[in-house]
Amino acid sequence: MRIGIDVGGTNTDAVLMDGTTVLAAVKTATTRDVTSGITTALDELKRQRAFDPAAVNAVMIGTTHFINALVEADRLAPTAAVRLGLPSTASLPPMVDWPERLVTAISGRAYLCHGGHEFDGRHIAELREDEILRVAEDIDRHGIRSVAISSVFSPVNAEFEQRAAEILAAQLPGIAISLSSEVGRMGLLERENATIINASLRELADRIVDGLAETLAAAGIRAPLYLSQNDGTLMDVDFARRYPVATFASGPTNSMRGAAFLSGVDTCAVVDVGGTTSDIGVLQNGFPREATTEVSVAGIRTNFRMPDVLSLGIGGGSRVRETGGEVTVGPDSVGYRLVERALVFGGDTLTATDVAVAAGRAEIGDPSLVRGVVDRSLAEAALQRIAEDIADAIERMRTSPDPLPVVAVGGGSILLPDSFGDSGRVHRPDHFAVANAIGAAIAQIGGMVDRIFPVEPGQRRAVLDAAKQEAVDRAIAAGAKPGSVRVVEVDEVPLAYLPGNATRIRVKAVGDLQVEAVRG
Amino acid sequence: MAELYITEADLDDLAAGAAILGTGGGGDPHIGRLLAGAAVRAHGPVRVTPLDRVPDDAATVMVAMMGAPTVMVEKLPSIEQVATAVRALARYLGVEFTHVVCAEAGGVNALVPVVAAAQLGLPVIDADGMGRAFPELQMVIPTLYGVTATPMAIADEKGNQGVFDTVDNHWAERLARSATIDMGCSAMIAIYPMGGATARKALVPGTVSLCAELGRIVREARAGHRDPVAAVADRLGGTELFTGKVVDVARRTEGGFARGEATLTGTGGDAGVEFTLRFQNEHLVAVRDGAVVASVPDLICVLDAETGAAITTETLRYGQRVRVIAAPCDPRWHGPEGLALVGPRYFGYDHDPVRIGSEVPA
Repeated sequence: MRIGIDVGGTNTDAVLMDGTTVLAAVKTATTRDVTSGITTALDELKRQRAFDPAAVNAVMIGTTHFINALVEADRLAPTAAVRLGLPSTASLPPMVDWPERLVTAISGRAYLCHGGHEFDGRHIAELREDEILRVAEDIDRHGIRSVAISSVFSPVNAEFEQRAAEILAAQLPGIAISLSSEVGRMGLLERENATIINASLRELADRIVDGLAETLAAAGIRAPLYLSQNDGTLMDVDFARRYPVATFASGPTNSMRGAAFLSGVDTCAVVDVGGTTSDIGVLQNGFPREATTEVSVAGIRTNFRMPDVLSLGIGGGSRVRETGGEVTVGPDSVGYRLVERALVFGGDTLTATDVAVAAGRAEIGDPSLVRGVVDRSLAEAALQRIAEDIADAIERMRTSPDPLPVVAVGGGSILLPDSFGDSGRVHRPDHFAVANAIGAAIAQIGGMVDRIFPVEPGQRRAVLDAAKQEAVDRAIAAGAKPGSVRVVEVDEVPLAYLPGNATRIRVKAVGDLQVEAVRG
Repeated sequence: MAELYITEADLDDLAAGAAILGTGGGGDPHIGRLLAGAAVRAHGPVRVTPLDRVPDDAATVMVAMMGAPTVMVEKLPSIEQVATAVRALARYLGVEFTHVVCAEAGGVNALVPVVAAAQLGLPVIDADGMGRAFPELQMVIPTLYGVTATPMAIADEKGNQGVFDTVDNHWAERLARSATIDMGCSAMIAIYPMGGATARKALVPGTVSLCAELGRIVREARAGHRDPVAAVADRLGGTELFTGKVVDVARRTEGGFARGEATLTGTGGDAGVEFTLRFQNEHLVAVRDGAVVASVPDLICVLDAETGAAITTETLRYGQRVRVIAAPCDPRWHGPEGLALVGPRYFGYDHDPVRIGSEVPA
C-alpha cells in the first residue's frame, strides 16, 4: 500500500492506494505548520479504511510549501552565491536581475572566482584554491549558512563545482551547498538563480522534512518518505533536503498526472476548469510536457523543469455578456462569490455556470431561476464560445497532428462539451477532487540528461543511444527498479553557429520505485 | 533638436523591437539587454547621434557579438570585452574612434553597441549596417559601397585580441569564424571602420530608434487592447501575409547554420491556406499555397498572434499561433550587388526575390 498526500495552500488531500486501486480518499484543511494537517488527514484515512501502518510501503508527499516561502520572502536562509567563470561573466554577477527585496530577504552575497568551461569542455581558467579559501573566510565572517555554486557550462562538466564544494565543505563544517549542475540546465543566469533560490530554502527544507518524518513516525508509519518533483517523478528525503526547489511546480503536475491516471489514458490534454480560469496541460506517456521557455518565479527568471500550462480566463464564475449580437465569456469572474452572485443562487450576475444550467448541462442551485429565463440561444452561444476557446487552447498545446484525448476535471468542467474535434469523447474521471494526492501516490523515479553533444556525421544514433543509457542509469541510481525503466522523452535541437553539428539533447527516463521489503 | 539619449528605461523597448527586426535570428536580446543595463548604470546614458548629423571627420566603427547565441547565455560576455575589440582596432589604425555603429539592428547585436558606447563614453549612431539581421559579417550595406570589413579586431573575455587585415570580406568572415570558435564561440568584434562621410551614405538610417519605437508600439498596443501585430506592420510599411498555426517544424544543421522549414495552417480569414516558412538562422522565404509571397532581403517577421512578441526560429514549435508579416528592407539590398550578397539564391533557394511594398516610411 502507498499513501499519497498533497499539501496545497488551502487543502491537504490524502489517498490510500493498493497498486492502482484507491482504497480511501480524504480532504482536510492545510495548517500553517503543515504537519498537523497531515496528521488529521492520516487519521481521516484510517477512519475511512482501517489499515496497518506497518503495511504501508511508501509515502509520497507533494507540497507548495517551498514555493510559497519564496513568494512570501519568508523563512529564507542567508545565502552566498559563488560563481566559477572568471575572467568571463564578470559584468553580470550573481543576482544581477533579482528584485532588490529578495536579495535583501536572503542577505545575498555574490562571489566571482576563476574557473568554468568552454562549450567544448576546455577550461576557461583553472580553479584557484586560494580564491575559494578566501571566499570561505568571508562567508564565515558574515555568518552565512548556505551556498550556491555555479560554474560556466557545468551541465557539460561539473568538475569545478564539485571541487569548490569540497574545499568549502572542508573549511565550513555544516555549511549547506547547492550545485547548479544538479539544479538546472543550460543558461547560466537562470540556472544560477534556481540554485540560489534552492540554497535559500535549505534550512526550511530540513525543518519540513524532519517534521514530516516525525509526523509519519508518530502515526506508526515507518515506510520511506518521498517528495514529488516538478516533472512528476519522486525524490527521496535526502534529495529533498538538498534540492527543495525541485518541488516548486509539483502541484499542477500531480493534478494532471492524477487525472490522467484516473481516466486510464497516458497521453492526453488535461483541462482543469476552476472558478476563474481553465488550466490546460499536456501529458505525454503520463508526464507533463515541460515549458521550453524561461519561467519567472517571484520575479526571478529561472529555467528549471516546469510543466507547460496554458491558462485561459474561463471558469464557472466567468461573466457572460452580450454586446452588439456578440456573446463573450470572461475573462472577469465573480470568483469565490459565485454562490451569491450567480443567477442560479439568486444573484444578479449572468455567469458561465448559469448558462450551463440554463442549457440543461448541469443541475446547480435553483435551475428554475434560469431555465426559460435566460435566452436559450444566448446560453448556447456562450457555451459554443467556451467550447471554441478551449478547443483552440488544446490545439495550441498539441505537439503533433495525432488526435489527443481530453480529460476534464475541476468544478467548472460542466462548461465543457462532450467531445472536442478529433479528440473523441471527453473523459470525466471520478475522484478528481483528490487527483493531486493520487498523482503523488503513483509517481515514479526519473533520470534526466540535458546537454550539448557534438554529433559527427553518421553518429546521431550512437549519440542518442548513449544519452538514453545515461538517463536510464541516472534513474536507477536514484532508486528505480532496473527492469522497469523506460525512456519517456527524447528531444534534440541542432544549435546555430557551433562547429561539429552541436545538438542539444534532452532525454528523460522513468521507472517504478524500488520499494523496500515491508519492514516491521 | 534636443539630444537623444538611451537610458536604462529605454532598454526593454529596444530589446523587444530588436527581436522583431531580428526576423527570427540574431539571438535572444535578453543577455544584451542585461549587459546594456549594467553598462548604462556604470557609465551613464548613451548619446544617440542621428546619421545625418555625423560630421565628415568622424571615425566610426561597428561592434557586434560573433558566435553562438546559445553559448552567450552560458558564458556571459563582459562589458570590457566589447571595448577591448574597439581599442585594439583603434591602436592598429592609429585613430581615435568618435562614434559607435550598430552592425545589425536585429537580435542581441542591437544592444551590443549600447554596451560599447557606454563603456567607451562615445555616442552611438542612429543607424545600422543591415536594417535587420543577417548571419554573415559581409552582409552589410557598406559592402555595396566598397567598404571593407577589415581591418577588424576580435576579442574574447580572457583578454586575447586579434586584428585581421584581409584581402576581401569573405576571408574576413572565414578567419573571424575560426578565431571565434577557438575563443569559445562567443567573441566581440570591431569591424567596418568608416569615416563620417562614408558612414552617412553607407548605413541604414534611423534603425536604432526604430527598434525602440517598435518595442514601444507593441507595449502600448497591448496595454490599450489594440492589435500589436497590425501596429508593427503599419510602422514598417509592411503587409500581413498570414495568420495561423505551426503544424510542423523540421530542422537540421549544415556547416554551423541551422536550416529548417516550418509548415503552418491558416486560421480565421486564412482557414484552408497552407503556409511554409523556410529559415536558416533568420526567416528567409515565405510560401503561401505554393507561391513565394516574400523572401530575403525583405523582412519576414513571425510574431505571437496575441502578444506581438517576436518568435525566433529556434523557439518555433508545433501549436504556436502566429501572424506573419513582411516588410520592405532597405531598397539598396534589391540592386544586383545586394541580391548577390543576401538574395534568395545566396541562401540556396533557386528563385528571384519577391519584393514587398515600398520603402520604410521615415
